[in-house]
Amino acid sequence: MEPALRETVTQREQSMVLNDVNMLYHIYATVPPKTQRLMLELQRDNHVEYLLRGLQHLGPSFCSLDAKICCKPFFWHITLCRPWICYWILHSIALLGESVDATLEDKTIDFLSCCQDPDGGYGGGPGQMPHLATTYAAVNALISLGGDRSLTSINRDKMYMFLKRMKDPSGAFRMHDAGEIDVRACYTAVSVARILNILDDELVHNIGNYILSCQTYEGGISGEPGSEAHGGYTFCGLAAMILINEADRLDLPALIDWVVFRQGVEGGFQGRTNKLVDGCYSFWQGGIFALLQRFHSIIGERPTLVDAGGADCSIDSIQTTAESDLSEDEESSDGTSSQDDEACHFQHGGSQEASCSVNDKSAEMGPLYHSIALQRYILICSQDPGGGLKDKPRKPKDYYHTCYCLSGLSVCQHSWLKDEDSSPLPRAVLGPYSNVLEPIHPVFNIVLDRYQEAHEFFTRS
Amino acid sequence: MNSDEEEERQPERLPISRRPEWADVTPIPQNDGPNPLVPIAYKEDFRETMDYFRAVYRADERSPRALELTKEAILLNPGNYTVWHFRRQILEVLNADLHDELAFVGRIAKSNSKNYQIWHHRRWVAEKLGTDASNKELEFTKKILALDAKNYHAWSHRQWVLTALGGWEDELDYCKKLLEEDIFNNSAWNQRHFVISRSPLHGGLRVMRDSEVSYTVEAILTNPENESPWRYLRGLYLDDTESWINDPRISSVCLKVLSTKSNYVFALSTLLDLICHGFQPSDEFREAIYALHASESEPLDSDLGKAICHVLKYIDPMRANYWLWRKSKLPLRAVSSQ
Ligand SMILES: [Zn+2]
Repeated sequence: MEPALRETVTQREQSMVLNDVNMLYHIYATVPPKTQRLMLELQRDNHVEYLLRGLQHLGPSFCSLDAKICCKPFFWHITLCRPWICYWILHSIALLGESVDATLEDKTIDFLSCCQDPDGGYGGGPGQMPHLATTYAAVNALISLGGDRSLTSINRDKMYMFLKRMKDPSGAFRMHDAGEIDVRACYTAVSVARILNILDDELVHNIGNYILSCQTYEGGISGEPGSEAHGGYTFCGLAAMILINEADRLDLPALIDWVVFRQGVEGGFQGRTNKLVDGCYSFWQGGIFALLQRFHSIIGERPTLVDAGGADCSIDSIQTTAESDLSEDEESSDGTSSQDDEACHFQHGGSQEASCSVNDKSAEMGPLYHSIALQRYILICSQDPGGGLKDKPRKPKDYYHTCYCLSGLSVCQHSWLKDEDSSPLPRAVLGPYSNVLEPIHPVFNIVLDRYQEAHEFFTRS
Repeated sequence: MNSDEEEERQPERLPISRRPEWADVTPIPQNDGPNPLVPIAYKEDFRETMDYFRAVYRADERSPRALELTKEAILLNPGNYTVWHFRRQILEVLNADLHDELAFVGRIAKSNSKNYQIWHHRRWVAEKLGTDASNKELEFTKKILALDAKNYHAWSHRQWVLTALGGWEDELDYCKKLLEEDIFNNSAWNQRHFVISRSPLHGGLRVMRDSEVSYTVEAILTNPENESPWRYLRGLYLDDTESWINDPRISSVCLKVLSTKSNYVFALSTLLDLICHGFQPSDEFREAIYALHASESEPLDSDLGKAICHVLKYIDPMRANYWLWRKSKLPLRAVSSQ
């Protein structure tokens, strides 16, 4: 092999982005302190205005909608946009601690009800086939909105039937009737089922095998067996495995090693090895650490599986440490608990064979990624001071990136905490303390108190 | 919108309502409920096409004119999975020429290469055509990858074609060619791993390992900062950690890179993994690592694993907490594995 004399495409693109990013950091380093403070400030009012404008009126033409919102391959769908836009905007507004007025709330519920299929699930618009991605978006949007009217609008019995129809004999899920099978479908199905309290053994059966077959030699998870490890799919795969209590079947040390290396010199995350930094991976990759820290003993201090006699109520224990949920115990105590004795040794050819000791120091040490560097990337490189967030400098803002940059920012700010009931430490927050966003439940990416409301609602009913 | 599509759209489009063959159909307007939220200002031709589509879809009319209508609807919005789905049902009933269908999808895919629907549809058509479609599909993905060598959907489709329809013969050469163009292309490395572990022609990972290690070591020595071959190297021993530890080529590539004293993060990280799995480093390794730290006042730990974590924490500050965590995991392992 000849020494690389000329720059390859990868190198050239990377150095262009790095130039832009370094330029911004250089400006930051050389301006007066007052301007520096401004650069690190989350422009809340402008973001809220941008978001509300989007919910009320969206672009002059269909084509501009297409270009503006659908620039990313992950979770990408033109016609799926409307329920997604609802979720992206409503979740962003909730993260900012704001809420929408009663009229807009009613409109949202009415609109999403029109997207609900008579046989269960939600389509991308009225009259469209139900689709798992839009179903996830619609359910998360309604939960982010909160309130009984919103939550009762979801037809849970029909939803269960829809999910069963999407279940492939292999155990994995299809995105829609005769649609594609992939890790996103598994995650969205399990996420919806779990939050609506309709997840049972039949739905769970063999999902774990499929996701396991998607963990690649790099350590991350791909969309389908054989494909390349990817941040979005790694988040979906791990979150799904946590939801079905089978995360220990994955090679977690290899997964962690892969994801820590996705944080680049820019401070932000890339989606795949040797690809460019992108603000939305602040959540897809950054959220992986939150998942592991909160629901797994490999990093955090919660020994969720060590003493598990079968069921694991860790997903719910995020709310308050003492609360235990019997109904969860019942539903997952058979079938999915056989992995418990594997919890302390990784049998899948792990690259580091970490033992699952509970005596971690992660709380004092902080998260395994560089939270401050990531916040710096989000605030300085991904933020449009006029409102909205984006992929990287020179890219246009959009609701997708606004949602996932803000979700990532929230994860960073709350990443030092052992439980979500306390407020972030000032040292964990870059910029003024007023930047602090509402904490999220990382498995579902829903603001925590809305999650709690929904959890109580669907446990009750 | 792309100019290719504008051409397809025929500027002098006759409204469907004025076409005689549609006179018997009553279009169904979209029902967004009384208070449409997130309203979308549709173009007139798009609105009309979708109104007629709803009518044929509801009537489940699987006819040639309905097929034509789905084509119009797809050209206006290739992301509508309901239209694609109905199109497949019509194609099946009409027994349509699927080679034409591939050509149609191909035209759309060029400007919409990141659309899940298009690839799903293409897979469906190719599956119907069977092994005959293999070559065409491999050529097609090659074209897309020539524009964007990391297109996730194109790679997934290509892997599916190889697995379902065959055509493995030139795949390793193709990977080689892409890596010659861009050794940092991780998608090409991933494909290489896919080929050597799954192609029925090469005999599997273990058979291929020897030559692959040589290839990879060379790539590492040329660009030690390139993470892709380092991960690939580990991936060659997925099923066999014992051989990975005992193959002297693995530890020696680490040593070679360390001795250059530049771009050695992956060399140290690989060495750390080796040690964690029971590799016994000789004094050479100790000396190379201590030499990296010579200018620092603080002496390095005599435990080599700890020393490596310490150096990594210093030279790779983005992952400082990770290296601290790895360090905190070391003592337990030392006790249990030795
Ligand atoms: Zn993005």
